Amino acid sequence: MKYDVNEQGFYGDFGGAFIPEMLYPNIQELKSSYRKILNDDAFKKELASLLKDYVGRPTPLYFAKRLSEHYGANIYLKREDLCHTGAHKINNTLGQVLLAQRLNKSRIIAETGAGQHGVATATACALMGLECIVYMGAKDIERQAPNVSRMKMLGAEVRSVHSGSKTLKDATNEAIRDWINNQEDTHYIIGSVVGPDPYPDLVTQLQAIISEEIKKQMDGLPTHVVACVGGGSNAIGAFYHFLEDETVKLIGVEAGGLGIKTDKSAATLALGSRGVLHASMSYLMQTSDGQVIEPHSISAGLDYPGIGPLHAHLHDCKRVLYSNVTDQEALEAANRLMQLEGIIPALESSHALAYLEKMTFNSTDKIVINLSGRGDKDMSTYINAAT
Amino acid sequence: MSTLKKVLETKKEGLLNIYCTAGYPELNDLPTIVNALHDAGVDMVEIGIPYSDPIADGETIQKSNAVALKNGITIDLIFEQLKECTPDIPKVVMTYFNPVFKYGLEHFCQQCQKVGVDGIIIPDLPIGLYQASYEEMFKNYGLSPIFLITPQTSKDRLQLIDDLSSAFIYAVSSSSTTGKATGGLSDGNTYLSGLKDLGLKHPILVGFNISTSDDLALVQKHAHGGIIGSEFIKYLSDKPSPEVAAQQFVKEITKG
Ligand SMILES: Cc1ncc(COP(=O)(O)O)c(C=O)c1O
Repeated sequence: MKYDVNEQGFYGDFGGAFIPEMLYPNIQELKSSYRKILNDDAFKKELASLLKDYVGRPTPLYFAKRLSEHYGANIYLKREDLCHTGAHKINNTLGQVLLAQRLNKSRIIAETGAGQHGVATATACALMGLECIVYMGAKDIERQAPNVSRMKMLGAEVRSVHSGSKTLKDATNEAIRDWINNQEDTHYIIGSVVGPDPYPDLVTQLQAIISEEIKKQMDGLPTHVVACVGGGSNAIGAFYHFLEDETVKLIGVEAGGLGIKTDKSAATLALGSRGVLHASMSYLMQTSDGQVIEPHSISAGLDYPGIGPLHAHLHDCKRVLYSNVTDQEALEAANRLMQLEGIIPALESSHALAYLEKMTFNSTDKIVINLSGRGDKDMSTYINAAT
Repeated sequence: MSTLKKVLETKKEGLLNIYCTAGYPELNDLPTIVNALHDAGVDMVEIGIPYSDPIADGETIQKSNAVALKNGITIDLIFEQLKECTPDIPKVVMTYFNPVFKYGLEHFCQQCQKVGVDGIIIPDLPIGLYQASYEEMFKNYGLSPIFLITPQTSKDRLQLIDDLSSAFIYAVSSSSTTGKATGGLSDGNTYLSGLKDLGLKHPILVGFNISTSDDLALVQKHAHGGIIGSEFIKYLSDKPSPEVAAQQFVKEITKG
């Protein structure tokens, strides 16, 4: 595929493995084995069976009639919110847990922002009987309390991270440090298409099932596919099998926070410059001295100052258009979906929905919105916003 | 020949390298600390350029980085401060790839040469990228790259690292983040006792998790020297005078 990672682990200028020597053996082990394992028939069969009977895949591609009437176009929702645990994140964690078993790792670590990846990891670990430790920023622990309880009930240990901005970026640092200190028995399940090579490709391959299904479910090609972008895993999952169908417009929506003209935003491609965060070259929000800027988004899952290297590449070669919407626009879009379709979306996914307001339509347009997750975890934010 | 290479050539054992974070505990403490360490007989200093996301560092150095950034430290200011440090002690800088990349690698190397920095440690700089893009540049500015090795580093990789080195090799005492000291390195540590038998051309300094004078004596016995970081940062944290603290610390850690 034209946009696949090269031998050196790069997508164009982006990617690579900027890791300290202490992680070299782990990354080498993963790099030399992951493709073989992903392509192994027994692995594929086991994963496919879990995705069907445990996760509930394929998820529906739902024609949103009233939303379509509202905008005067054909709008389809890819219902990742109906996945077991409530978001697309489980597609990745089940695959990686099966991978970890084949690498003989008994201890799993993960980082989480909104808690969805943490819950999905804790779930997969409970299913396989593996020890699970989830790093989560102290600020996110506060604003995503239901998911913290969920992880604990599922048997995971949640470790609160107090460094930096106390959000996703810092939880990721802490997970990497844990891996440095426990490399022999531990597999790190990273939650998005970020991190050192081969993680961006590994997670891309595991999430690509989203677009594989959309392609089968749709009569012909869509005109647009729209997804929110934190690190970028649900977006790449929804885009992947359309990347070479150049007529399909692909749109990634970042979190604009209070707006990209303020200093409270998480729109990496609008505000960032090239650099290395979490061991890969990409775009990131940073000062002129290369210090990472603490981002802001109402949505914990999008509150990240970087973006996956494949997205940086797709941005630079203009295959995908990256835009952003504000906290307020996302909240309004969430309410619209609740009232027109009876669906409470995750705050992250609401960013993709909000982009509809910025589009002009032909009545024949077929627009797929990747509804990456459901809004149960965001109830307190929605309730506060309504009062 | 660089000051660093000269020291390595004349002193073959018992080397002591002490790490400090620029901008910590107070913004302009660096020259005072470096000069005091020199006066106390330390062989070389490792100067940490703070970064917001130091993934190879444990809590102590993370905190010193955060404090230094809060104090307002910048790379340019560090270069200014380095001009006030005695030229007589060899200096290496330790930082992460991103600040140097953003600053501009060539500009960074130029500045290092100007202020008498002889070596650079960038733990997350991939060796392949170094060879492809930066080896020539480092040479042009008289900078020695200093690479880490761990107990897990393979023979082939050790060979490659030795070939690319021009000063010393930084052996981490065990695969961990900095400052994970668990109450002393053990004399029976076969990794440490095997270091001299690795057959490397360059001297080896052992760093990470050296917290007592016994630890230091042990790594100085098995390798060419030791590097102390977190323990010194901790020591500095609650002392009124960094100058006195630096001298006192060296005295204690060397049992002088
Ligand atoms: C529902 C949902 N959507 C999107 C994201 C953002 O992640 P990514 O950009 O990797 O899809 C998250 C992250 O927590 C999420 O929970």
